[in-house]
Parts: sequence; structure tokens; C-alpha cells
Amino acid sequence: MAMLEAAALSKHFRARRGLFGGSGVVRAVDGVSFAIEGGRTLGVVGESGCGKTTTAKLVLGLEEPTEGGIRFEGCDLNALDAGGRRNYRKSVQAVFQDPYASLNPRMRVGAIIAEPLVTNEALTAKETRRAVLRLLDLVALPARSADLFPHEFSGGQRQRIAIARALALSPKLVVLDDPVSALDVSIRAQILNLLRDLQGELGLSYLFIAHDLAAVAHMSHTIAVMYLGKIVESGEAEALVRAPKHPYTQALFSAALPSSPEERREEIVLAGEVPSPLRPPSGCRFHPRCSSVMERCKGNAPALAEVEGRLVACHLYNSAGP
Amino acid sequence: MSTRALLELQNLSTHYVSAKGTRVVRAVEDVSLRIAAGETLGIVGESGSGKSTLALSILRLLPPAARIPSGRMLFEGEDLLQKSDAEMRRVRGKRIAMILQDPMASLNPLFTIGDQVAEPIRVHEGATRASAWARARDLLKAVRIPSPQARLSQHPHEMSGGMRQRIVGAIGISCEPRLLIADEPTTSLDLTIQAQYLNLLRELQRAHGLALIFITHNLGIVAKMCDQLAVMYAGRVVEQGPVRQIFKAPAHPYTRALLSSIPRMSDGRQRLTAIDGQPPDLSALPPGCAFAPRCPSAFAPCREAEPPEVAGVANSRVRCWLAAPGAGRGNAGNGAL
Repeated sequence: MAMLEAAALSKHFRARRGLFGGSGVVRAVDGVSFAIEGGRTLGVVGESGCGKTTTAKLVLGLEEPTEGGIRFEGCDLNALDAGGRRNYRKSVQAVFQDPYASLNPRMRVGAIIAEPLVTNEALTAKETRRAVLRLLDLVALPARSADLFPHEFSGGQRQRIAIARALALSPKLVVLDDPVSALDVSIRAQILNLLRDLQGELGLSYLFIAHDLAAVAHMSHTIAVMYLGKIVESGEAEALVRAPKHPYTQALFSAALPSSPEERREEIVLAGEVPSPLRPPSGCRFHPRCSSVMERCKGNAPALAEVEGRLVACHLYNSAGP
Repeated sequence: MSTRALLELQNLSTHYVSAKGTRVVRAVEDVSLRIAAGETLGIVGESGSGKSTLALSILRLLPPAARIPSGRMLFEGEDLLQKSDAEMRRVRGKRIAMILQDPMASLNPLFTIGDQVAEPIRVHEGATRASAWARARDLLKAVRIPSPQARLSQHPHEMSGGMRQRIVGAIGISCEPRLLIADEPTTSLDLTIQAQYLNLLRELQRAHGLALIFITHNLGIVAKMCDQLAVMYAGRVVEQGPVRQIFKAPAHPYTRALLSSIPRMSDGRQRLTAIDGQPPDLSALPPGCAFAPRCPSAFAPCREAEPPEVAGVANSRVRCWLAAPGAGRGNAGNGAL
């Protein structure tokens, strides 16, 4: 059984159109299902507006789903009482993109890392101090860091502090929302390696969200590709990266930058831009930009179906029709 | 490098000096570079490596605290550092144009797209409003803006991020410059939009014989777009040469480490080779080579004196003691030479 399972998860926001316009509904996440196994990484990729950040917020319990639900270790989150929810929040922690914004500049690093412990566990000052030193050691920062302020650290070191804070309550799942894109290129590998080491040592699961496809491919066991609120393809990371099946996944991976000047791949340049989630296209949401579009794509939204061991939502692979 | 240089920087330095003159930040130090007409040069570095200061130095758009204590900047044979402010104004936007990182910040929200695309044409060529707007419409068409005539009278907030960046591109090429400097032009764009934009820049370059300078921290953009590469670290160009040569056989330990620290799609879940330590503070640089504290191959001379720039293979140049004649020979750990 998967550690975390999301079933037909949806989050809709009401949005006002213009000053005098009526209101519309943004289907930021629309009927998304996925599973995260213990000790494994699920990578989520997609462009702005695809719903990956909203998905992360739903998993963190920062947003309530409009429909559908999340089961964590077999328990439905909607059915949990206050104590159960508190336990869930302790088991699921987050590291955000920008370590300059996610750390309080007025708090010492020791207090930042200890804060989850202070609010959630009844520890003595001595025990808290010991826990902070252990966490600093875990992320390879010197013990004296506890008495310093965030501004005394570089971006990479700050991200280590954010990771230490996320690990304070010994979570089972950590949501990583683009954790290296704000860092210098020479620092990124340090943080990615640290996250991988911590996963091995502590048996953590990750929900890894990033713009950099190569970083997602590097970190993930499984990958889900999102487009306008829906998962269009998901499956085992290596196979998906090697041979993407959905036309959007193919275009996305072909748009990734090469790793050397010799690397020449066929580039599928998509026409136009991502449509507004306020007025998503009918049928398959990708059809206006798709090079393999067929008549039924326009009226009929394809469901995720298994194709060669992976899930793809595309009529191309579903000859029988619904 | 047989062709004549369009722009040649000779030993250029740009320093920021504090108000009392006590603190000096050597943002750009002793940089020599050249770019030929129609060529694409990538300048790569981390934040604080001096790459943006270098771009602003070329256009002489530096803040008041900046000084250029030495060097020459020859553009089509004329030294830009000798020009008066009035002469520089006739160069900027006309012969050398620049595209900045954030398209929202480089467009004025109060003016229409037509006014902003037509402005350089009216200023530099004295065109009438009607003829400048007609040219602006053609430019919007060239950067693939749908229904360009209608877009001319709209304002920036009515466009998407990708469209705004293309409009900034249209302004850049409006007076048919010889050189276009693009400072991280695609960092705010989504992946598929970035691919569209880079292809567009390449087409414009071919159509107009433009020389392009790409300022970026992204080696993928360099691999895709550039012929020549200059790698900056702590204000200095530590390695420069043809892109293929440098990707194939990087001579400087920093370049080598940078190239091997980037995750690749094909590597699966292999462990990355990380670079230890942090980028240096430019106002408190160590003696010797600035990369020495993080360098896996550093030896005694690296901590004593700055390495000279020496010629390498295939028109490349490298600033490293390992490559210097005599100094590095026979030293263990120097496998590449």
C-alpha cells in the first residue's frame, strides 16, 4: 500500500472576471490521482498554471480539496479528528523555493529549527538544544550556526537550515517546492546530493516539484506531468524521460535545454501559450496546441489509461474510445 | 578568430568604490574578450561573478559608484570609453541594443506597445510617428505577435509574459543593431515558451547578421545557442573559447566542476559531483586565485599569486596555474593537460 494516495483530488477557486464581470471558476487541480510510496520520490513537472503548487498545498493541508481526498497510511484525511490532523501535519513537512523568504530574519537559526519542536513537542530546553545540534549535524552545518542569524549564511546554507527545520519533527514525507532554483549553479548539486543522502538515511518520501526537468529526472522514482490542472502522463521516471508518450510530455521534454552542444534532439515547438485556466479548452485541454490532434479530442476529454506500464491521458493510445 | 572583431574588450576592469573610497569591489577585473559579427558569445557565471556589470560596462550604463580604471572597448574599431555621453546615446539602442531579464520591468506600463516599439526608431532615425508605427507593426509581426496592428494600441498588462518578452526583443532589434546583449532573457519564462523565444532570437540573428551576447547562469542555453563561451568567476574570465571545445575538454577546474555538477536527463539517479564551499565575497578576495579555496587541484602557487591567462587548445584561453608554462607541469591531479 502506498504511503500517501490522492484520489480524484480537485481544488477549484472562485475568480472574479474584471471589475464588473461575473465570477468564474478556476479549476486549478481537476480530478488528480497519484500515490507516493514510502522512501520514494514522486516528481511533478509542468509549466506555470498547471496546478503543481496547488497540488503541493493540498498535500500539505494548506488548502482543503473541493472534491476527492487524500489517504495517508490508509486513513482518509477528511475523516480525521483534530488530533489526527495534527499528527498528519507533523508527518508532512515542506521546503520552499526561496530560502531568503522562508526564514525569519529576526530569529536565530537555532530558534528557527527548534520552532516546530517547541510548538509540537513538550521538550525541555536542554533536549531542544540537543535536537537542534543533531539536526544541524544532519544537514552538515557547524554547531555554532545555531547562534547566528539567517543573513550570515549564503543561499545554499540557508536552504540547509530550511531542510533542518523541515526534518525537526521526523516527518515521513517532505514536499520540496523547487528547492534549488533560487540557488547558485555551483551550490545546486550540494543540496540535491544532501536531499538524496537524507532520503537514504531516514527513509523519507519526497514530493519533488521543479521547473528543471533534468533535476526532476535525477531526483524522482516516478514522475507525473501536469497540464492545466490535470495529470496527462505518469509513470516510472527513467522510462518516462527516455520515451515520453503524451504529445505534451514529448513537447515539454524536447524543449528542455541540451546538456552539451553535441546533443541534438528533435525539437517540437508548441504553437501558442498555455490557455487561461479560467476558460480551459473543451475536450482534451491540450488539443489546441497538439500536433496530433484528432476530431474527438475537441469534444471528449481522454481519461488516464494504462499504456505499456504507465498512465497516459490521450486518445492516441486509446483506439477503442470511451 | 580569423574574422575581424565587432567588439573587442582589452583588459577591461570595472570597480565599485564606496562613498569614502575605502572599499573597492572589483566586479570586473582585467577582462579581454572579442566577438565577431554574426557570432554568439555566452558569458556564464554565478551571481556576483561580474557578468551583468560587464554587460552594463559595454553600454556604459553603470551606476555612479562604478569606475572603469583601465581597459579599452573597441566597437567597430572605435573605443567606446573615449566617447562623450551624447555619442554614447547614439550607440545605445541603435548600434548596440540590450534585452533585460524582466520584461515587466523593461516595459513602461503607461505607454502603448506601439509607442514603445516605435520610440527608438523615432529617436535614432527621426522617423515620423506614422512611419515609425508602421515599422513597429512589422517588427511585432517579425517576433510572431498575432494580430500586430491591434496589439500596437494595447498596453503591456494586456500581454502574457512570453509576449512581453518578444516585444522587448522587437524593441531590441528595432534599429537593426550590430550587437544585441541579452541578460538572462528567458529566466522568467516557462520551458516551452523559452524554446519558442530562443528559436526566435536565432532566426532574427540569421536574418539581420546580428552578433549576440548571452549573459546567463544556464549552461544549457549556452549549449543550445552559443559559438563562443566565456566563463566568469569572481570578476575574471577564467576560461574562454569555442563552446564545443570547452564542453568537450574544459581546461579550468571551475569549468570542469560546473559542467559535472549539473544533472543530466540521461544519467538517471547517479550521484552528482558537487563543488564544495561557497562563491567568494568580492570585497574580500583571497590572495592568489579566487577559486583556489574550492579547487580540488589547487597547489601552492594558487594561494600566492593570481594565475596568468595562457593560450590553450583551439583558440581557447585559460587563467589557471595548472596550465601556466613551467608552474603546473608534473603536478599530480592535473589529468587534463
